[in-house]
Amino acid sequence: MQRKTPGSSKCNGRIVALADLPIGRRGEVVSLALEGFSRLRLLDLGLVPGTEVKAVRRSPANDPVAFNIRGAMIALRNDDGRRIMVQYQEQEQEMT
Amino acid sequence: MGISHYPPDVDALRGSFIPGGLGAGQALVALAGNPNTGKSTVFNALTGLHQHTGNWPGKTVTQSRGTYSHRNRTIAIVDLPGTYSLLSNSPEELIARDFLCFAAPDATVVVVDASCLERNLNLVFQVMEITPRVVVCVNLVDEAMRKGISVDLDGLSYELGVPVVATVARTGKGLERLKDILDDLISGRIKLSPRYVVYDDDIEDRLAGLQANLHDVPLGHLNPRWVALRLLDGDAALIEGIVRRLGLYGSAAETGSRTNMQPDNLDGLQETMERAGEVRGREGRWGQGENSFRDRIVSAIYNRAESITRKVVRAGNAKGRDLGSLVDDILTSRIFGYPAMLALFGALLWITISGANVPSELLARVLFALQDRLMDMAARLQIPGWLQGVAILGTYRSVAWVVSVMLPPMAIFFPLFTLLEDLGYLPRVAFNLDSLFRKAGAHGKQALTMSMGFGCNAAGVIACRIIESPRERLIAILTNNFVPCNGRFPTLITLASLLASGEFALDHGSFLASGIVVGMVVLGIAVTLATSWALAKTILRGVPSFFALELPPYRRPQVIKTIVRSVMDRTLFVLLRAVTVAAPAGAVTWALANTSVGGISILKGLASLLDFPGRAMGLDGFILAAFILGLPANEIVMPIMLMGYLSSGTMLELGGLDSLGGILAHNDWTWLTALNMMLFSLLHYPCGTTLMTIHKETSSLKWTFLSAAIPTCIGVSLCLVVTGGARLLGLV
Repeated sequence: MQRKTPGSSKCNGRIVALADLPIGRRGEVVSLALEGFSRLRLLDLGLVPGTEVKAVRRSPANDPVAFNIRGAMIALRNDDGRRIMVQYQEQEQEMT
Repeated sequence: MGISHYPPDVDALRGSFIPGGLGAGQALVALAGNPNTGKSTVFNALTGLHQHTGNWPGKTVTQSRGTYSHRNRTIAIVDLPGTYSLLSNSPEELIARDFLCFAAPDATVVVVDASCLERNLNLVFQVMEITPRVVVCVNLVDEAMRKGISVDLDGLSYELGVPVVATVARTGKGLERLKDILDDLISGRIKLSPRYVVYDDDIEDRLAGLQANLHDVPLGHLNPRWVALRLLDGDAALIEGIVRRLGLYGSAAETGSRTNMQPDNLDGLQETMERAGEVRGREGRWGQGENSFRDRIVSAIYNRAESITRKVVRAGNAKGRDLGSLVDDILTSRIFGYPAMLALFGALLWITISGANVPSELLARVLFALQDRLMDMAARLQIPGWLQGVAILGTYRSVAWVVSVMLPPMAIFFPLFTLLEDLGYLPRVAFNLDSLFRKAGAHGKQALTMSMGFGCNAAGVIACRIIESPRERLIAILTNNFVPCNGRFPTLITLASLLASGEFALDHGSFLASGIVVGMVVLGIAVTLATSWALAKTILRGVPSFFALELPPYRRPQVIKTIVRSVMDRTLFVLLRAVTVAAPAGAVTWALANTSVGGISILKGLASLLDFPGRAMGLDGFILAAFILGLPANEIVMPIMLMGYLSSGTMLELGGLDSLGGILAHNDWTWLTALNMMLFSLLHYPCGTTLMTIHKETSSLKWTFLSAAIPTCIGVSLCLVVTGGARLLGLV
């Protein structure tokens, strides 16, 4: 199975929960700790391991957070976002 | 389509989508796609006014179908529910999948968003596995172009092995070509060579083995590869459907009507099912998490989608941030998010109130002048007094009131609201409000169903179907009535205008009036949240379920079409409903007001009975009686109340607001009466239609009863407290 290589190198990648991904940063999905219906829904939206996700904006009360997932803007609640782990570059250069 | 090769059940199903059945020279086309891809715009553009909406048989999901003619062929087109996938077994997905596999459409159009091709291809591949007769409609190419995104259509067509058409459905661009290609596909002029997703070796090996087993099973039009895939996934419901629909088992043996059945073939399917069970069983349901069958399937599809996208999509240099993103920075920001929402809603109401004032008055003058004419004519024709009363003073007058008071605000409010909706603002409202709903233990989509309630609570209750978890859906249903529907907006707006116009010694202006109505709406939302919270802590306890909300890009609405559509669909529909309820209710009320028992009219008797509780709530007997008699529809509460006042004493001419204020002042109204009536209008039992809808949606008398009892208790308590407080403080 072919895995997507992210824009920048994979080394120094820090693994955080998707809910903690700073706004404007990209991360690559490592694992989903959800089962059943929630997991199927995330898969439908294209949130499979290896997918690049960008945190775009927080709602006024910080929860939910909107992410760019494969070109679509999807808002997820932090309770769910905490169960999705992503790898991101701390010193990531600004990408367009 | 020539002679059918489908089993009788499939034929019957296909025929049910066109009036008179599917004849020669006609074809059945399905329309599939993700939500927010402009799928319904494509549907509307193809079918124009030749469409029909209803429910899917036995399901609470809306079905739209329509027809168009092209090259002497009539096409029956069925708009499938918008879904991201066909694998998660939600009701919408099951409907879409069953249609594709059991109605055997002659072609399926999958509408995809040009800016979001990668995600949309997931559905394309899943549809292709069921039926290869697919046309991919790459919609919204204009929007993509503005973002610097272009799609290589030939490349995409080559990669998928099916025809691809680019469209801009809102302008109609590309639709003729779509029709041409559909016709070519249906008549067999296009050779398809679909390129399916190839899964990992392990899955492919098993698939090959199962497919070999299925070789002798008469699966008809179904793709054996897909059936094998579903067998591997352990999809028992589908296999049962195949057996039932395609007449492979059971009933046929009993009735003997389907003679072309070969027992060997049935054994083949049975054997294959058992083998699939073994294959799955050996690994303990295909492992967990990432190694599960579903994860591997979906990952493979998305990997393929990703590699195709990399080949065929050119993303130009991102020219800074787009406008929509800047707008979102403001509309969903920490500081401006909530104020912007209030301001937008306030502006909407302000335009409605100040815009409706003049036409309302004009309509009232015309309609009531006509009433005088009618009375004169009736007198000249020597029509008996009771008939004059029932027909003109009862029926006609309440209809005239409903039309003059409701039509102008609704003709302004609904199109504006629909424009906001089409612009894509409502998902932002849900995004902003979600944390409140989450804390209340409710589902995030409740913000959307609540917004629907502003139009009509019955529609809002039906909209609650989008919430999958039964617990959260019930919370949304029970609290939908706390936002005022358009049947109550006129009451709120009229009373707020009276309060603000200085009739009861308050300040001036429609600005203040809209402020008062916004205040009422905010109160309604607060009560919605508080009640949701209380329900989630007591009788509907549980944890919030998974919630993902798509924020589609802002889209410039088709202003003219939107206005026409909302006037036709919403304004006239709601007005018609109000009139059909108001007419008989007016007649009954007039009869009640003019039938005396023991020297006092029934209406007055009822009012005097209700006078004590009414006064305690800061209302009076007539107002409470009007709320009770107005159960069929909130629109008629004001007319009934006025009829009660008018029948009780001097006959006043009912023109614009000034005389309305006169009547009310004459009946001892103060600002407190108006305030309490607004509060009780906001917080009381839902109208008859909504109650029936709640009963239909919950199939439970208990929940229907609670949906009436909860708001009424809150409303009565609040009115008692407000009135008691005001009197205690000596404000009245």
